[in-house]
Amino acid sequence: MLMKITGYADKISAAPGETIKFMVNSEAGKRYRADIVRLICGDENPDGPGYREKLVKTAANGSYKSRKQVIHAGSFVEIGASDVLDGLESFTMQAFIWPTTPEKGSQAIISKWRDRDKAGAALLITKENGSVALCLGNGKGKIQTINTGKPLIAREWYFVAASYDAKSKTVSLVQEPLHGYETKSDRGSVRRKSSVGRVPRHDAPLTMGAYFKKIDKGRTVCGGHFNGKIDSPRITNRVLSASEMQNLRSWPVNPELTNAVLGAWDFSADIMGLKVTDLSPNQLHGKITQLPARAMTGWNWTGEEMNWTKAPEQYGAIHFHDDDLYDAEWQVDFELTIPKGMKSGVYAARLRGAGHEDHIPFAVRAPRGKPTAKVLYLMATASYQAYANEHMNADAPVGQLLAGRLVQLDKFNLFLNEHREYGASNYDSHSDGSGVCYSSRMRPILNMRPKHRMWIGATESTLWQFNADTHITDWLEAMNIDYDVITDEDLHYEGLAAIEDYNVVVSGSHPEYHSIEMWDAMVAYQQRGGRLMYLGANGWYWRIQYHSEVPGVIEVRRNEDGIRTWEARTGEYYFSFSGEYGGLWRRNGRPPQQLLGVGFTAQGFDISSYYVRNPDSYKAKVKFIFEGIGKNEKIGDFGLIGNGAAGLELDRADRALGTPPDTYVIASSVEHTDIYLVVCEEMLVSTPGVGGHENELVRADITFHETQNGGAVWSTGSIAWAGSLAHNNYRNNVSRMTKNVLKRFINPKPF
Amino acid sequence: MPSEVESRAIEEFRKTPIGHHSPELQVILNELRGQPMEDKHCLVCTKANREWQLAKTSGVRGKPVKMLSKKFTNLEDAEWYVFKQRWKQLRGETLR
Repeated sequence: MLMKITGYADKISAAPGETIKFMVNSEAGKRYRADIVRLICGDENPDGPGYREKLVKTAANGSYKSRKQVIHAGSFVEIGASDVLDGLESFTMQAFIWPTTPEKGSQAIISKWRDRDKAGAALLITKENGSVALCLGNGKGKIQTINTGKPLIAREWYFVAASYDAKSKTVSLVQEPLHGYETKSDRGSVRRKSSVGRVPRHDAPLTMGAYFKKIDKGRTVCGGHFNGKIDSPRITNRVLSASEMQNLRSWPVNPELTNAVLGAWDFSADIMGLKVTDLSPNQLHGKITQLPARAMTGWNWTGEEMNWTKAPEQYGAIHFHDDDLYDAEWQVDFELTIPKGMKSGVYAARLRGAGHEDHIPFAVRAPRGKPTAKVLYLMATASYQAYANEHMNADAPVGQLLAGRLVQLDKFNLFLNEHREYGASNYDSHSDGSGVCYSSRMRPILNMRPKHRMWIGATESTLWQFNADTHITDWLEAMNIDYDVITDEDLHYEGLAAIEDYNVVVSGSHPEYHSIEMWDAMVAYQQRGGRLMYLGANGWYWRIQYHSEVPGVIEVRRNEDGIRTWEARTGEYYFSFSGEYGGLWRRNGRPPQQLLGVGFTAQGFDISSYYVRNPDSYKAKVKFIFEGIGKNEKIGDFGLIGNGAAGLELDRADRALGTPPDTYVIASSVEHTDIYLVVCEEMLVSTPGVGGHENELVRADITFHETQNGGAVWSTGSIAWAGSLAHNNYRNNVSRMTKNVLKRFINPKPF
Repeated sequence: MPSEVESRAIEEFRKTPIGHHSPELQVILNELRGQPMEDKHCLVCTKANREWQLAKTSGVRGKPVKMLSKKFTNLEDAEWYVFKQRWKQLRGETLR
């Protein structure tokens, strides 16, 4: 049975005195119970330390009334009601479009429509045959859709227009392909009398990329979502001639035509924000909802300029998707003000009702400016967010090849598979096949949960990201190490100030996504003598950016190189949020080896392996790391993630990529399976022999190097590392080595 | 009938369904595991690390995963069961 209770919070972290709001969808009985719990270990595997959470008494704990809350996915542009649009009689609507799913049913391009009584007009793609059409409704039951009868070809640019003469009741349609495929019969123009009669005045909003349906608890709800790009939409108050339509493609236009223009929207303005700008004197500015993709190449993009900030006029397209989602915008169900004295850590609001359960995780920080420990655990929330509600488990045929076994699903996956409105991850593709470049936490993220198992988490516990990282918090607790917690988002917004007071920063198992603000803060921390324990792999890999106007959403552009589950289209490599070049940090002149000593080299998701010591490990400088560990011991030939400490994604040292020359490469992993393959950015020429059995690049290196002013970095080079910490009741060489390093890193004495 | 090479690979798989494999077996697994998502076997974990239920993905976004009645208490048995099913489907041969 699918989950009947889900929720999210408005913040990912809070310090004492600050308030977090929780939004809950519950059909789990008439009432549900909410309790705040401190999360210790989210792994339910009975072969491990066992699931552990501690109930925390707070004012928020209690019984709450259930209510169903739904998500309206799908993006659009909304222009508020205005006199000039409300009384639309004769008109022309025109735009350039690049449809991606013309066969998928009715999709509105420009719409002035009131769905309640089916009144108004909409330029759309018709479900009848996938051609351009004008739909008119008189609000009294009469609706007519006139189309060109020429199905559009997906992923080609068209100029499209529809005119309506209110006096003669004549509809004119233009569907003009900009491609040069001579034998394709997709050019169409139609002129026909409408039988609808008078289209009434109404004050429903003008929308683009969808048609207006209703207001639901303050949210504009639309239907007929358009998949694809729209560029340069226009509306006039009269029928335009062909040459006038041609003139109106650009702006400005001559005064006579200007007087006829009600709205001429320029999607290349305000690309970084939510605003949509009207160039006409009416200034009918609007906004985007649910974050359609901006900074998209337009109909006139020449290919000569890749950076939208240098040629914005060629980036006048917005790509809409019927499954875009930024904010679920649910009603608040309860709030938690973090009590004074609540210990910093990873917490969750645990929701239970009628046998159903969900957890909404968040971090409790130390009181502002008052660290309570020498160790800081940096919760990799940007990376959790990039993976938010990942659907590869049900969508991607390569899953079982990557995992080297059957894909495993759990209750969270089953729910997400059926509830696509909960939005996708930066690993997924939209329903039209284009990549998901934005991912938000303003919605339930059901794979950022304790008890969740993810198919790429190797055999045994099968964990990944958030839940895998509870092996780290579990170990810190078991070792009685005091630690504070902050999130990636805190580091992004506060920079060095968020971490500078700590002796040691401990990373998660897979901190893959970082903004330049986060990166620079970590460099500054290291230069000031800070010490980083990088307990993972494939870290500091993708560049991201947060939105400048709205909270909790990141942008990723999967450019040109790296392990990519989709590829940014050529010309769409720069963030819409900031104008920065996206893609790999390695392709931004910052390979992770510079910061960490190691960087991504190989991946595989079946079983893990172990490390052997290298000659560097016997040098005096790094003796402290191996205290209590024998000369010939295999390091980590056990564990809850694939039965070994070296597994999943692997990092290695490489001087050519920036590993500091004084780095000690103290151990390297061996004996990986052929499911493990060298990452594509390491292969200029595709060659045989890139699997674990043959290729020496398929290995994890454990490294240590010093930074300025007594700082240091210790890296484990493997995502699976943390899964071995608890083995044999924490008495094992992975735990020992990690504790040796942590104890020494806490001690401020230079090395 | 499987060829001699295939027979050896099948026996290798039966003993070690997850882990280090010969190139001959890996080629077979690439084909069997790389099938499209429509009606593709997967597992739904019903007891952490102790029990898995056989299921099939639909290959259609939003369409439910179909739960089958068969349950397994170890992953190796599940792998061997599905291997036989796929072999039958793709090669028309019943493996024992």
